[in-house]
Amino acid sequence: MMMLEQLATSFIASAAFGLIFNAPKRTLLHCGAVGMIGWFIYIACTQMNLDAIPSTLIAAFVVTVISQLFAKLYKTPIIVFSVSGIIPLVPGGLAYDAMRNVVEDHYDIAVQLAVKAFMISGAIAIGLLFSEVINQIIRKSERKPG
Amino acid sequence: MSQSMINSHEITQICLLAGKIILQNGGETYRVEDTMVRIAAAYGIENSHSFVTPTGIIFAIDGSSQMTKLIRINERSTNLLKVSLVNDISRQISTGKLPAGEAHRMLQELDTQAFTYPSWLKIVAAAIASSCFLIMFQGSWRDALPVMLAGGIGFAFFLQLHRVVPIKFFAEFITALLIGTLSVFFVHKGFGTDLDKIIIGSVMPLVPGLPITAAVRDLMAGHLVSGLSKGAEAFLTAFAIGAGIAAVLSFY
Repeated sequence: MMMLEQLATSFIASAAFGLIFNAPKRTLLHCGAVGMIGWFIYIACTQMNLDAIPSTLIAAFVVTVISQLFAKLYKTPIIVFSVSGIIPLVPGGLAYDAMRNVVEDHYDIAVQLAVKAFMISGAIAIGLLFSEVINQIIRKSERKPG
Repeated sequence: MSQSMINSHEITQICLLAGKIILQNGGETYRVEDTMVRIAAAYGIENSHSFVTPTGIIFAIDGSSQMTKLIRINERSTNLLKVSLVNDISRQISTGKLPAGEAHRMLQELDTQAFTYPSWLKIVAAAIASSCFLIMFQGSWRDALPVMLAGGIGFAFFLQLHRVVPIKFFAEFITALLIGTLSVFFVHKGFGTDLDKIIIGSVMPLVPGLPITAAVRDLMAGHLVSGLSKGAEAFLTAFAIGAGIAAVLSFY
């Protein structure tokens, strides 16, 4: 039940973000799907007691792989899909907690939380990068025999 | 000779226009360069060079009819529909189906038209997205309505304010102040329960998702200047939101 709730909300949230970024109408549902799959993987990983950082890394990686597939299938720039897919993974809650602790003068906790938020952002970046590199390698090896 | 001058002049114009539209609407820098070089190659100019930063494009053609042009980009917004439409046009050009005059006309038309969803629809989307994020961050359904209100009002306010105040970071800061105040007000009146979750949810529509993604993609494509400056943009936005919320929390 809780999973269903998470899937539905992440789908709607990602599609709504596609709309805010003015993504083409025919891609809105795909944006939602990319976001939902990314969030599902993140939740599944954290429920298997994986830390938030590797979970984010895996989710960002999968989001980019699916975005690449969609981009190729629908001949649309990849950024249309990957942006909406990445949004749910952004560590907004952690960044907020960090700031709240700064305001309350708990600098030690704030620094810990901020570093964690930063690491998660880094994990998103590496996930994006990693799948991109693999995609480039596949494309290059496809071109060679021809 | 003069014929080829006219020709390369028009091709330069087409390339710059295509690049300008992509850059102004949130496309990645490497896509801009790629598109311009591809269009030039499709029209028979093999030696073209482009240098793109988030604030300007320099495009040069080598050979018998040399030409260098510069375009300054002052305003940037997010419109992925336009990016993908230019992408479609550039695909058609690459296959050789589109003559230069026709392509130029199509791009000019694309440049002048807005192609956006109506503002009210975006505001509704922001409101719904806010409450969805509340649930995703393990908030309770009881807070869904206050988050929807705070997120929707905040986003509407941001759109209006950004029209009046051209400095984006200031607009984001003020919006964050408003969202924080609204959330505190809701909780104070007993309308909402969990202040933290309400603020996080309603701030989400302002999160700089596009600059983050574009910055990473630019950095790894080797466009260090654009990647770093887009990263700085994302960081400043995050900072503006954080500072606005922090200001409210410190008074509360």
